[in-house]
Amino acid sequence: MDKMPAWADAVLVPLISLILAGVLSALVILAIGESPVEAVNYMVKGAFGSTNGWGYTLYYATNFMFTGLAVAVAFHARMFNIGGEGQAMLGGLGVALVCLYIPWPHWSLALIGSITGAAIFGALWAAIPAYLQARRGSHIVITTIMFNFIAFSVLNYVLVNVLKPAGAMDPATAKFPEATHLPTLHDMLAPLGIAFSKSSPANVTLFVALAACVGVYYLIWRTKLGYEIRAYGFSESGAVYAGISPFKIIMVVMLLSGALAGGMAVNNVMGEAERLVMNSVEGAGFIGIAVALMGRSHPFGVFLAAILFGFLYQGGAEMAFWTKIPRELVVVIQALVILFTGALDNMVRMPLEKMFLAMRKKGDA
Amino acid sequence: MTAQAKEGRPEGAVSTPPSPAPPAIKLVGISKAFGPVQANKDISISVQPGTIHGIIGENGAGKSTLMSILYGFYKADKGDIYISGQKTEIPDSQAAIAAGIGMVFQHFKLVENFSVLENVILGAEDGALLRPSLAKARKSLTELSAEYGLDVDPDAIIEDIGVGMQQRVEILKALYRQAEILILDEPTGVLTPAEADQLFRILDRLRDEGKTIILITHKLREIMEITNTVSVMRRGEMTATVKTSETDPAHLAEMMVGRKVLLRVDKEPAKLGDEVLAVENLQVTDEKGVLRLKGVSLNVRAGEVLGIAGVAGNGQSELLAVLGGMMPGSGTIRVNGQEIDLTGKDSNGQTRRARGIAHVPEDRQTAGLIMEFSAWENIIFGYHTDEQYQSGVLMDNSGIIKLAGEQMDRFDVRPPNPRLSAKNFSGGNQQKIVLAREIERNPDLLLIGQPTRGVDIGAIEFIHKQIIALRDSGKAILLVSVELEEIMSLSDRIAVMFDGHIMGERLPSETDEKELGLLMAGVNEETA
Repeated sequence: MDKMPAWADAVLVPLISLILAGVLSALVILAIGESPVEAVNYMVKGAFGSTNGWGYTLYYATNFMFTGLAVAVAFHARMFNIGGEGQAMLGGLGVALVCLYIPWPHWSLALIGSITGAAIFGALWAAIPAYLQARRGSHIVITTIMFNFIAFSVLNYVLVNVLKPAGAMDPATAKFPEATHLPTLHDMLAPLGIAFSKSSPANVTLFVALAACVGVYYLIWRTKLGYEIRAYGFSESGAVYAGISPFKIIMVVMLLSGALAGGMAVNNVMGEAERLVMNSVEGAGFIGIAVALMGRSHPFGVFLAAILFGFLYQGGAEMAFWTKIPRELVVVIQALVILFTGALDNMVRMPLEKMFLAMRKKGDA
Repeated sequence: MTAQAKEGRPEGAVSTPPSPAPPAIKLVGISKAFGPVQANKDISISVQPGTIHGIIGENGAGKSTLMSILYGFYKADKGDIYISGQKTEIPDSQAAIAAGIGMVFQHFKLVENFSVLENVILGAEDGALLRPSLAKARKSLTELSAEYGLDVDPDAIIEDIGVGMQQRVEILKALYRQAEILILDEPTGVLTPAEADQLFRILDRLRDEGKTIILITHKLREIMEITNTVSVMRRGEMTATVKTSETDPAHLAEMMVGRKVLLRVDKEPAKLGDEVLAVENLQVTDEKGVLRLKGVSLNVRAGEVLGIAGVAGNGQSELLAVLGGMMPGSGTIRVNGQEIDLTGKDSNGQTRRARGIAHVPEDRQTAGLIMEFSAWENIIFGYHTDEQYQSGVLMDNSGIIKLAGEQMDRFDVRPPNPRLSAKNFSGGNQQKIVLAREIERNPDLLLIGQPTRGVDIGAIEFIHKQIIALRDSGKAILLVSVELEEIMSLSDRIAVMFDGHIMGERLPSETDEKELGLLMAGVNEETA
């Protein structure tokens, strides 16, 4: 017997967690003498009130979909990949190399090329911790987080010593060629007669991310490989009994995860910055963990959670801009959301389960 | 034969005829629910001091829940507990110990690298300093040991002593805490027949000294052998309490299951075919580098059941694991005359299945099934890469669900709902799912480990019939079980394993439990 109906588990628990995080955030805002109502007003208006706001929200959400899916896929094999940050950095390097060194005739081909480059580089960066886990038993959490730092240093070295155009001061590559510039939502929606903000960074990669969500769903629940990944995640001894190789599953799932995290670079490096700079990932790799947690490792959940965090990012920036609430407080609010939806999940779940049980008992009696 | 279960409501009104002492334990109207599952329903029982009281019931009948309530692990939703006539609240195990209740768990709770003495005082130290406690404990331990014939060396390290001895340490722990009432949960599961006999002698002695013992078991033989009274539990209810001398195994089994049960397996003599499995000098080293199989040779022919008897942990698990491709080994294994790889990447469960070997593993919860998977996902587990389950790059989920429904019908899995998670089925029905999966493939060789562990009596009957039916259709079956009765009744030949060796082979018609018991303990009278 399940304790709660599925809808309560998937919708009610995160919703209540969110409301709790919101209430606590409101108290914090009150405590520094500002109006929470006004703050929420600015956040919502900033994130959803204009096509410009929507553009930013969706741009951030695209990043989080990639990194969230990366964590979610790995988690189905109970691999906790917290190296999304580093894998996305390396993915950026892949995108930069593809865009700078291959003369693309058209953006669509360049897009396919960059997706490939980003995926390969991200996957390779995940491959080393994966191999160490699968063969040597080095814990994936430790190795992937270490590899974030290594990725940062590698990227720093490559940018400063190899890719930086002569004479430039900042550690960044040259601007990518015109032919690799991806169409923004403005470009894409204009022919349909919809005027979307020209200045917002949301671009065609959003649809790549959505396709990735659908793809991950099919992979995990409809294919042989997904079946094996889930079986391994639930029980390693079961997998061995069935003849599923743990080595293969760990490698495949981490390569996939790394590829997805790397895929984020198509959005931020190719779609937005159009060059590779240091720290282009801006913590999106870590947000991916929260997104996957909140989304229950389900692609649709990841999609919703990514939109939520996109809203928090964009709305938070707007709130900080228009009110006296400092920018740091936005981070506090984000942290509260992560805390409640991720770490304190059981705090909401347990009383709720009890409540449903009590209701069922009453129904039976 | 009084059904005492139904008394007790007008509390104390109907009590047993004049007995000087109040009952050692008296439970009145105990109920406990886990969510929608009513684990214990209005249970009343009274246990006279100085007796051994058996509690028997199928898995999930609520025996363990009841004992957990008595030992303070769970709190009853309703009902009262009286210890020696005193109404007692038992919120936790400390309170249970204070009330004089000691518990010997099925899985011992001992620190492996501590000595017997240290284990006994663990949690019952007198102060911050160990020395005085140890000295005091040593004295009383020696006394206790002598008084009850326990014969335990206080300085032995737990990991160096046998399972039977470890169990006695558990009993000592309880006695040291001045337990007057001892609860033993399935105490003979890990013992050889000889060790079990020894345990029973100890229990006898404890009873003579005035201790009260509650014995939880599913083995009818033990109940008949040692208890004074026995209570039968079924589906959370206490269905009857009877004097052991006034009942018999068939009647007890009927009360447990609620219908007549065939305790014996009916089977025709085996019609032997060609040799299907030949194992020669098989050696297996486990992950820790310990040699677990030390050169095992055996063979199984078509149409026969070879039973492997032995106390758990003597290499049977490794034998199944290496045959099933879960573990590498050395030596030779031939199936239908063809040698199979024992190491390398072609040695795994998938390649074994391709060679006609089906495997019902010993532990269905961690290996045979993925508990979180639904029944239909489990019905192809291990065979999921077969072409017939694919449709293009995707799996043919709707086809598999349909197939699962059919197989579950044929194997009488209840409820026959393929979308239910494996964890929501009872032990017996989980095992039927595994059996359905493995037997429906029509394998040449079936490896089957502990086919009825944690399975209710009703399902045992069904499972045994399926095994015999497969044998009669001319398949080879290698059966591993720690239940000697099961081995005796199903096997056409019996091999006994001890310490990674085959101690000897016997025909069931020419041997008995005593001889097998000696072999299981490593004594071979023919060679000695």
